[in-house]
Amino acid sequence: MEEANNVRFHGTWRSPYAKRVELALKLKGIAFEYVEEDLNNKSPSLIKFNPVYKKVPVLVHNGKPIAESLCIIEYIDETWKIGPQLLPQDPYRRAKVRFWASFIHHQLYETMLTVMKTAGEAQEKAINQVSEKLQVLEEGMQEFYPNEVPSITTQNMGILEILICCLLGPYKLQEQVLGIQIINPERTPLIFSWLTAINQVPLVKESAPAEEKTLALLKFVRDIALKSSSA
Amino acid sequence: MAAVKLLGAWVSPYNCRVICALKLKGIAYEYMEEDLLNKSPLLLQYNPVHKKIPVLVHGGRSICESAVILRYIDETWPENPLLPADPYERAVALFWIKFADDTTFPIAMMYLITGEEQKKAAKECSEMLETIEEHGLVEGKKFFGGDEINMVDIAFCSVAHWLGVIEEVTGLKAFEPHKFPKLNSWILNFKSVPVIKESLPDIETMLAFFKGRREMVLASKSS
Repeated sequence: MEEANNVRFHGTWRSPYAKRVELALKLKGIAFEYVEEDLNNKSPSLIKFNPVYKKVPVLVHNGKPIAESLCIIEYIDETWKIGPQLLPQDPYRRAKVRFWASFIHHQLYETMLTVMKTAGEAQEKAINQVSEKLQVLEEGMQEFYPNEVPSITTQNMGILEILICCLLGPYKLQEQVLGIQIINPERTPLIFSWLTAINQVPLVKESAPAEEKTLALLKFVRDIALKSSSA
Repeated sequence: MAAVKLLGAWVSPYNCRVICALKLKGIAYEYMEEDLLNKSPLLLQYNPVHKKIPVLVHGGRSICESAVILRYIDETWPENPLLPADPYERAVALFWIKFADDTTFPIAMMYLITGEEQKKAAKECSEMLETIEEHGLVEGKKFFGGDEINMVDIAFCSVAHWLGVIEEVTGLKAFEPHKFPKLNSWILNFKSVPVIKESLPDIETMLAFFKGRREMVLASKSS
């Protein structure tokens, strides 16, 4: 007899971390109930299910909560053996993927946030750091995609694709708001073609909010940050 | 059986995590102590991205980042598993391992900085300990996962062993046994495990090292 499979996901369209979980669930074809959280007015459920951080995303599977997007993605991969494998089976390859997942999560996300939220010298410094880290990632990804142009589909998207998509998928919009170049096809050709391929996956296209909505959000986040830092 | 090498530094809690895991699994390994002020060509070759320890080398292939290494060890040598078999319990364990990663940082910061920044790090550290006490540990359980030690306990070795040393060297107090009774019991349980006792660096040596480092920090601030 099949156990009731009740999946609820607390997120917000504004959070790239929540988006990671949304993509993982959709790639696996998992039916879920979605709860859009207002982070200025968090639901009692969210606070109950993630008392440590009180943040999204939180996955609730048959009433049991899991927090932290990377933990959630590994849980999804292990629990639902359908759809693409988000992490490889072989322990050494898993270690390589986890290493780069950690790199993208800790190094790239933080630095990109700084680029979004600062101006002047601080921003310039952060932009240079992003550029350096993208070079490092470019070299790292050559091990995974030695034939230059990756072919990405819903059948082979993995955790690294999810992470880079949620951060830099909308890079053209980010470049528009910031007035700078983030992805240089000449300097990082592999990352450029990787992102292009990911952005063409129908599921990714469908899950992206409307461009005007994303643009408005990016501008809003930047304005608020700059105002509070100059206050 | 492919050779296992560990490039590490005795003073690092991240290194200690890996040693604990290797010893708990009974894995034979060659240890190479790195001079972090004069990194070996081997370290730079095996961890070109971060140039940091610990690095595990297995059959000539390198694995970096202590949390990644711990998973690799557990998956490659599945006897004496260090994570729960149930996927949900495992996800909860991974959550706390990540929390342990986040906690180790303010502990290190407490001795590296001074003044207001240092007080802030001590406060952050104290809040993290409160979280562990309230949400991470269950009354009556010897360890994070129950009666047996596992990867979560190992991940928190900085709280069990480094925090006390740093507090003594800086004079700051983040941990008080009466305020954190469950954490206090856990520390005593953790440090009584024979394999852990063998793996933790000697306290006196640590005190001497951190006192020296602290003096350097203070000297550089006053110049």
